[in-house]
Amino acid sequence: MAILDVLTYPDPLLKQVAAPVTEFDSSLARLAEDLEQTMRAGPGGVGIAAPQVGVLLRVVIVDVSSRPGIPNHGRLVLVNPEIQRWKGMVKGREGCLSVPDFIGTVIRAEHITLQAQDIHGGTQQYQMQGYEARAVQHEVDHLDGLLFLDRLVSRHHDLKPRQS
Amino acid sequence: MAHWQMLTLVGKDQPGIVAAVSAVLYKNNANLGEAAMQRLGANFTIMMMVDYAGSAEDLLSIVTPVAARFGLKEHVDVIEGRLHAHLQADVSISLYGADRAGIVASATERLAQAGLHILALHTDVAGTEEKPVFVMEISGHAAQGVEALREAVDDLDDLEIHIDPLQTMIG
Repeated sequence: MAILDVLTYPDPLLKQVAAPVTEFDSSLARLAEDLEQTMRAGPGGVGIAAPQVGVLLRVVIVDVSSRPGIPNHGRLVLVNPEIQRWKGMVKGREGCLSVPDFIGTVIRAEHITLQAQDIHGGTQQYQMQGYEARAVQHEVDHLDGLLFLDRLVSRHHDLKPRQS
Repeated sequence: MAHWQMLTLVGKDQPGIVAAVSAVLYKNNANLGEAAMQRLGANFTIMMMVDYAGSAEDLLSIVTPVAARFGLKEHVDVIEGRLHAHLQADVSISLYGADRAGIVASATERLAQAGLHILALHTDVAGTEEKPVFVMEISGHAAQGVEALREAVDDLDDLEIHIDPLQTMIG
């Protein structure tokens, strides 16, 4: 296991689309272990995506269980994650290991249905909400070359312009 | 080494001020750090951290012509820069009520005593001329926790006050 270097913007790898995982082998297991150790070494990190360490594969780790009172599924290794349904919108504050020293407000779906493979290739489905759903949406964005900077909204304004 | 100065401009609002001021700063080799512009009433206000190697007088002489063109008052202070020294907000406070004198003073005095460090504050007077409504939004750091803040303002019966923890997701 190793703590890997986290790429920071403007590293061009952070804006690339990552490729699906096809081999569920020992190198995938090692990547997941290294990602988890790297995430836990960062200050307050509850998620990490493989592109953040320069690996353009669709693998993310999320674990929000350290936050008190938040519904969660514990430590998750999500391979080829796909958000299948979005419901509700909520504003929240996000930061990123790859964008140090900046906190911004981002709109995310409040509830999501997520399908992902586990480390062995088995397909899992999750219903997620709130903080955990936010973390997953943030990490899945990394797999598509999107940073939370690409989704900033004003914290002072409405979620949607009022329809007159 | 950076030479940070805080440039403040205040005056009647009109379009084009930010573009004109930032252009003249850029042409004179001044670099911007953090800045906050807000229209308050019908007034333009901005405070900008400017990294500029010359003196405060030199910076003023650069800004004065463009400020005069827009009818703005200008002011410069030499400051410590301290970029990347952000404090993270962990509490959000919103407050509103029928407008009266002393709302901010009474609320913020109680909150300060209960450990609040205000990191950002906006107030507005909404409603109508006859029935003005005062609205205040604060984000800050609650050194003694959120519950201490709630208890501190519990006696302000004429105000609606919401105090909530601010969560930040780092991923």
